[in-house]
Amino acid sequence: MTAFMTWLENQLAENSIFTLQTLSYYGDGLATTVQLVFLSLVIGLIAAVPLAIGRGSKHAWIKWPIFAYTYVFRGTPLLIQLYLIYYGVVFVDGIQETWLWVILEEPFVPALIAFTLNTAAYTTEIFRGAIKSTSKGEIEAARAYGMSPQQTMRRIIIPSAFRRALPAYGNEVIFMLHASAIASVVTIMDLTGAARFVYARFYAPFDAFLFVAAIYLCLTFTILYFFRYLEKKLLAHLQPQNS
Amino acid sequence: MIDLQGYGPRLIEGAGVTIQLAVLSLILAIILGLLTATAKMSRNWLAHRLATLYTTLIRGVPDLVLMMLFFFGGQIGVNMITDWLYYSFDIDIFININAFVAGVVTIGLIFGAYMGETFRGAFMAVDSGQIEAGKAYGMSDGLVFRRIRFPQMMRHALPGLSNNWMVLLKTTALVSVIGLSDMVRVASEASKATREPFTFMIIVALIYLLIASVSEWIFARLQKRYNIGYGEAD
Repeated sequence: MTAFMTWLENQLAENSIFTLQTLSYYGDGLATTVQLVFLSLVIGLIAAVPLAIGRGSKHAWIKWPIFAYTYVFRGTPLLIQLYLIYYGVVFVDGIQETWLWVILEEPFVPALIAFTLNTAAYTTEIFRGAIKSTSKGEIEAARAYGMSPQQTMRRIIIPSAFRRALPAYGNEVIFMLHASAIASVVTIMDLTGAARFVYARFYAPFDAFLFVAAIYLCLTFTILYFFRYLEKKLLAHLQPQNS
Repeated sequence: MIDLQGYGPRLIEGAGVTIQLAVLSLILAIILGLLTATAKMSRNWLAHRLATLYTTLIRGVPDLVLMMLFFFGGQIGVNMITDWLYYSFDIDIFININAFVAGVVTIGLIFGAYMGETFRGAFMAVDSGQIEAGKAYGMSDGLVFRRIRFPQMMRHALPGLSNNWMVLLKTTALVSVIGLSDMVRVASEASKATREPFTFMIIVALIYLLIASVSEWIFARLQKRYNIGYGEAD
């Protein structure tokens, strides 16, 4: 490791912009971006499953509020949602006196809330589409076996809907990675934040932004290949047979 | 009534900027998308490679990063070219990149890549018998494109096109970050000055929803028009 560091230092000795110092900004930025995206995706995914089931409910008082939620969050820019939560939270009466303020003061938490609400709305609609396209025969077969509606949902509809939702969800993950660049607007030092800092410091837009673009490109391809692999494993029965 | 504290006219102006930006970028994106789709389907090896490189690179990098690259880097790049022109050929020109142009170019370039994929799929969905029939009538390639391939392609492309438009509309919010006075920027300035973020942000969110609903209606009309002759049985 030390040998590598000295090698890296020698390599960078000629370069005035990409010193170990600036590279460490990018490294911290990468960690922040990955944390932010991963946490919001996981929480959003957990929230989206019951929401997607509720979205197809027969009861209007369950169905319509969820529809309104997804409509508003999918129909407005993420930047507006982030601003609303980031600036808005300050004006909630008496919040500065409670323990919540300690975590809400950092921009990370408002950004996480905004991203989670946004991805949960998109994921809900993706699952909703997948649940809706479950073939009638599968449900009828489950009913014929005497499964209750809950059992049918748990054993038949959800597992097959998850698989069908996989390609669309892969796109959503990439979309979320790209959307997370917005976090830099509310002073979070994510990857884009690091690039903006390096740009402002050295006035070198090409170096700063092309480097960060390359990192995002690598992340995008990693996600893409991960989902391709998952699809190959989980959707093997849907692949066309090659004889 | 909601008190806008004098920010009403500026908000309307900002909404105008948003709409202009979105429509101009959409036009650029459609032109780029058609070019990309044509290049991707062509037998020319170089054109195919270039189009693939363009769509892959653009779709792998966040919009905001590309926007900053073009906006902050664009001026330096243009200055380099004009400097070179001045020293080599003694041509003295000065080009100033403003935020609006940078915004239109960036959003157009980004969505050109997405449109390319949409159009490619749609062109391939047109029955090749239709094109052969057009050629048999003695139509030139241009005429076949205008009268046969384009109208039939649009039927398949419209759902994807309307999807891209909705995403594009929301992407325009990012120009507020590079200093363009669109409605998001006006709202964020107003919220800071009046300390009432909810009022202004919610108004802007409602305007976005309104534009989205109106365009949904327009796309439904277009879909109906391009679907003539393919009516669903009901």
